Amino acid sequence: MSAAAVCLAIIFSIVAIGATIGFLAGMNRRMDLEQWTVGGRGFGVLLIFLLMAGEVYTTFAFLGASGWLYARGGPALYILAYLTLAYVVSFFILPPIWEMGRVHGLQTESDFFGVRYGNRYLAGLVCLVGIASFVPYLQLQLTGLGIIVSVASYDSIGRAPAMAVAVALLVAFVFNSGVRAVAWVSVVKDVLMVCAALAIGIGVPYIHFGGIGPMFTALAHARPAHLTMPGSTTQLGHAWFISTVLLTSLGFYMWPHTFGATFTARSADALRRNAVVMPLYTLTLVFIFFAGFTAVLVVPGLTNGDLALLIMVRRSFPPWFLGVVGGAGALTAMVPASIFLLTAATLFAKNLYRPLCAPRMTDDQVARLSRAMVVVLGLVSLSLAIFSSATLVSLLLTGYAGVSQFFPGVVLGLYWRRVRSAAVLAGLIVGVTSAVFLMLTHRDPLFGVSAGFLALCLNFLIVVCLSLLGPAAARDARGELARPAGVLGDWPQKQQA
Amino acid sequence: MRTPSAAALLLALLPFAAMCFSVPLWDRIEPRLLGLPFNFAWLIGWIVLSSVCMWAVYRIETRRSRGSRAA
Repeated sequence: MSAAAVCLAIIFSIVAIGATIGFLAGMNRRMDLEQWTVGGRGFGVLLIFLLMAGEVYTTFAFLGASGWLYARGGPALYILAYLTLAYVVSFFILPPIWEMGRVHGLQTESDFFGVRYGNRYLAGLVCLVGIASFVPYLQLQLTGLGIIVSVASYDSIGRAPAMAVAVALLVAFVFNSGVRAVAWVSVVKDVLMVCAALAIGIGVPYIHFGGIGPMFTALAHARPAHLTMPGSTTQLGHAWFISTVLLTSLGFYMWPHTFGATFTARSADALRRNAVVMPLYTLTLVFIFFAGFTAVLVVPGLTNGDLALLIMVRRSFPPWFLGVVGGAGALTAMVPASIFLLTAATLFAKNLYRPLCAPRMTDDQVARLSRAMVVVLGLVSLSLAIFSSATLVSLLLTGYAGVSQFFPGVVLGLYWRRVRSAAVLAGLIVGVTSAVFLMLTHRDPLFGVSAGFLALCLNFLIVVCLSLLGPAAARDARGELARPAGVLGDWPQKQQA
Repeated sequence: MRTPSAAALLLALLPFAAMCFSVPLWDRIEPRLLGLPFNFAWLIGWIVLSSVCMWAVYRIETRRSRGSRAA
């Protein structure tokens, strides 16, 4: 067998094993809407950890982080900082969100805005911005899959057909299994991923330089500027680092899927414990960083940094190992991509279509419509992935600029009684439009500061000022915020404990 | 919603100060720690220390909520 055939066979088997485990996890459970989207709210510390950890280790971390280290150097360190700080933030916001989810039977982020602010336009807008921000993130995963298959086939299979096959697999997977399957496939993928990261991060520097220390000595000698900020870029200095770390760590749990994962927890305490343990999981990324730095010296001159890690593996190890790494990488793209598809499709059917077009739809019909949306969204991001050439990290940062704009509405909604729905709506509109404007006109970063962060500041300012102008929010006799009746015509019929 | 205690918030701000706001102070190659550039090693150290901080926050907050439930 040729090297490419060995490689592809191994990748395919790994994906097949992962998918089988997913199908098995979904069997023997009746898939109603609640089971499909929030796993029946019964996940303990372990399963939550797996689900949330699974959402961290995406193609972004695997190929994107090493790609940025390769092409830009120092600025990529922001990834270690923001992931850790995101968990710090999560300690304070996820437990109250979970509490509200249990009381009102919430399933999505848009539900949260609907119940807290009682404003159907706000809930609808949150839904739209959420779905729109998913598109670059999905595109990122598909682009990663395309890269993996084309490098593993020793460039004999093009990226477009590889991505098309991947989308078909993804849709079949999400269709049949729902969120529980995703959590279990995460286990397979993370075990493989950590093994691959260890082998590459320690193995490659050892093969070429005799160790990690000597590798950094060689790098500090050859490219000293690459190791600090702004690295091999001109604009990504310390101001960019601070603003981007703030934007992304505050935005991390604003993604509809990370926000939604909160509702799968069995208790608020499971989420608090999770916030204590999760930072340590970021340590596994360190090995990917070793690999990215090593690639600067081992495979110089690549035009697309995102290829660096795999090309280096291909040059340093036998084909079967490239197959294992590629298989791990493929699962790493497919697991998060299925979470995105699942979340975006549910959001569309439950929070946009049902309330606006067909208020009488039953939960079963919503579940069916969600599945149809999975196919549509898969095809949209596939076509974008085929025709775009953005780097993986910049795709992710685009999505972050969008979802982070939910932060003021969420955090003030939880901790500040006075915040008004009109203020949050105005802030969100201004935040999203200014972020989109700055990015489309290529003003990101602006004066060395991340454009998404500037938009977030503006958003915050508007929400606080407009809320202070108005009267304090209406409360009922027990001092709780009055719950608006009939928001979106869709407030959870089920109010289970 | 019950607001977190000042001690918990201060402890949680510590990782932000160390990993984010103070970047000009630690973004350099020398002194190398365990062979790693200083900025890289600093961040790795703070990943572990952040987890320790959050463990302390967890202790503080659960003790408080137990206290308020008893009262």
